[in-house]
Amino acid sequence: MTDASGLYELKNLSKRYTRGKETVAIFDGLDMTISQGDFIAIMGPSGSGKTTLLNLLGGIDRPSSGEVLFEGQRIDNLGQGKLAKWRAKNAGFIFQFYNLMPTLSAAQNVELPLLLTNLSGKARKDRVKTALDIVGMVDRAGHRPAQLSGGQQQRVAIARAIVADPKVLLADEPTGDLDRTTADEILQTLQLLNKELGKTIIMVTHDPAAASYAARELHLNKGRFEEKGKA
Amino acid sequence: MLKQTIAVTLLNLRSIPQRWGMSLATVLSIALVVGVLLGFMAMASGFRATVDGAGADDVAVMLRGGAMAEMNSVVERNDVRLLEVAPGIAADESGEPIISAELFVVVDGIKRTSQTRANLALRGVGLSGPELRPQFSLVEGRMFEPGTAELVVGESVLREFDGFALGETIRLGSNEWTVVGVFSTGGSVFDSEIWADLGVIQNLYDRGSSVQTVRARLTSVEALEALQEYVENEPRLNLEVLSERAYFARSAGGTTNLIMFLGWPLAFAMAIGALAGAWNAMYASVDARTRELATLRAIGFGGFPAFVAAMAEALVLAFAGGLIGAVATFLLFDGVSASTLGSGFTQVVFAFAVTPDAVISGVILALIVGFLGGFVPALRAARIPLLAVHSD
Ligand SMILES: Nc1ncnc2c1ncn2[C@@H]1O[C@H](COP(=O)(O)OP(=O)(O)O)[C@@H](O)[C@H]1O
Ligand SMILES: [Mg+2]
Repeated sequence: MTDASGLYELKNLSKRYTRGKETVAIFDGLDMTISQGDFIAIMGPSGSGKTTLLNLLGGIDRPSSGEVLFEGQRIDNLGQGKLAKWRAKNAGFIFQFYNLMPTLSAAQNVELPLLLTNLSGKARKDRVKTALDIVGMVDRAGHRPAQLSGGQQQRVAIARAIVADPKVLLADEPTGDLDRTTADEILQTLQLLNKELGKTIIMVTHDPAAASYAARELHLNKGRFEEKGKA
Repeated sequence: MLKQTIAVTLLNLRSIPQRWGMSLATVLSIALVVGVLLGFMAMASGFRATVDGAGADDVAVMLRGGAMAEMNSVVERNDVRLLEVAPGIAADESGEPIISAELFVVVDGIKRTSQTRANLALRGVGLSGPELRPQFSLVEGRMFEPGTAELVVGESVLREFDGFALGETIRLGSNEWTVVGVFSTGGSVFDSEIWADLGVIQNLYDRGSSVQTVRARLTSVEALEALQEYVENEPRLNLEVLSERAYFARSAGGTTNLIMFLGWPLAFAMAIGALAGAWNAMYASVDARTRELATLRAIGFGGFPAFVAAMAEALVLAFAGGLIGAVATFLLFDGVSASTLGSGFTQVVFAFAVTPDAVISGVILALIVGFLGGFVPALRAARIPLLAVHSD
């Protein structure tokens, strides 16, 4: 049963990889619930499966067994096309290395997810401007990624992630490539998106300082979660 | 779907300069293939045009039956007499039939460009010889005097060979000749010939009174049949009668086919090389964009736009190559004159002709190369795993 505020529900989730003859279980029977409006930091040692978990939540990877429910609907068994539509509508991705298209301007990068909607050109322009405004990058709309600093590129990437108004933002080490000050600015932006716009954010990080911006910290270790309450 | 396909395609095309080395290599290799193909086609159509231009419908050519080419034909003096009274042959103002018994021998000339020897046709003609070439005109000097060692040379000979300037004395074989005129027949095969008096050639080359061919002006195009009928029904004549156009078409066919049979396989073999190059370049292109393509998929884009985009890149590169090849061939070769062995093992000088049809064939060949070279890499682009979003 899904409770009203349960955005995600993971049921008996397992993910295994076979390396040669060996089968390695990253998770084995993982259960968890993520509420609407949560800001979760997933921490854990390198190789503990943080990215894998995020991939499963974002519908870019499938579990070996178990279920991933989003708003009560299973997404783990959707067909490729339906899953792509689900991602376009519900998930915004933020990557460690930004993954912007080098030949497109900031505004064009941000516009990409809107090309999958029925919005008119004018409506798209407005949405792009709003998104860039939220991350404080309106004045760099015409710049290409190479003309922007790492922090600025990540801001553009965040604008791209939110422009289609998805329910959840999935960020994998979003500040992993940034210096402390820049990282803090990015994390403040994420916090703002969570608090002001009510976006559910699931952020993978190995940096405790970054995790402290989240409302909830989950530690992944040997395929299990240990929750740490916040002070 | 259209919007995302256009977006991904533009994205892809804009990224070509980032892989300019590979892209340029692909474009140039395809350009080379098209260039070779068009070069051969230009040669073939230039040769055909030259030979076709020489053929008139109202001029009959008569050779010994089964001789096929002028070189192998012998027509005796008596045969010529019988032909002079044949029906269908036009007469000049004084009532004489317009008929020219001709004989050619092969002589050596020195090519200007390579300074090597090449064969030239030295043709002995009667005074009606020029009259039987409708485009004939003297560009310089005058006609040779019958009975003298004077000759007139075709424009192409003057252009391509040393020693034929007006007024010069030139040694051909063991004989000295004086160049007294330069003629043009409007770019036909005869421009590659040297003409002298028939009697003088028969004498110098020990041919007695025999000739090789007889040309005659017909009273009309239809008169050919009457002439053919006459020759067929005359038991003393074993001659083949055909229109000059048919005669040239027959002798050009072999050379044109040879050029084409050489050209297509060569272009095809090179096309396979270019195809491998295009394939490789497209693989590299897809590889270089792996993370981008996976990111687009993560955002929700489909695989099909990635396929279309990669195909578009391959076709754009191929089209550019085809165009460059065609334009380069046109600039380098169109109208450039070349010479090849004519049917009598003599040099026929002709101009390369890069025709619109050939350009279209070349561009189509380029697009086929692009399509085949891009297809598998494009499939790969469509199937990039989503997890490649994390790749670097
Ligand atoms: N495609 C794959 N094939 C095999 N093993 C994989 C694959 N992806 C991840 N792994 C393994 O799964 C484990 C968890 O990886 P990952 O989720 O990236 O960890 P984290 O993000 O916490 O560092 C690692 O040991 C990694 O080597
Ligand atoms: Mg990771």
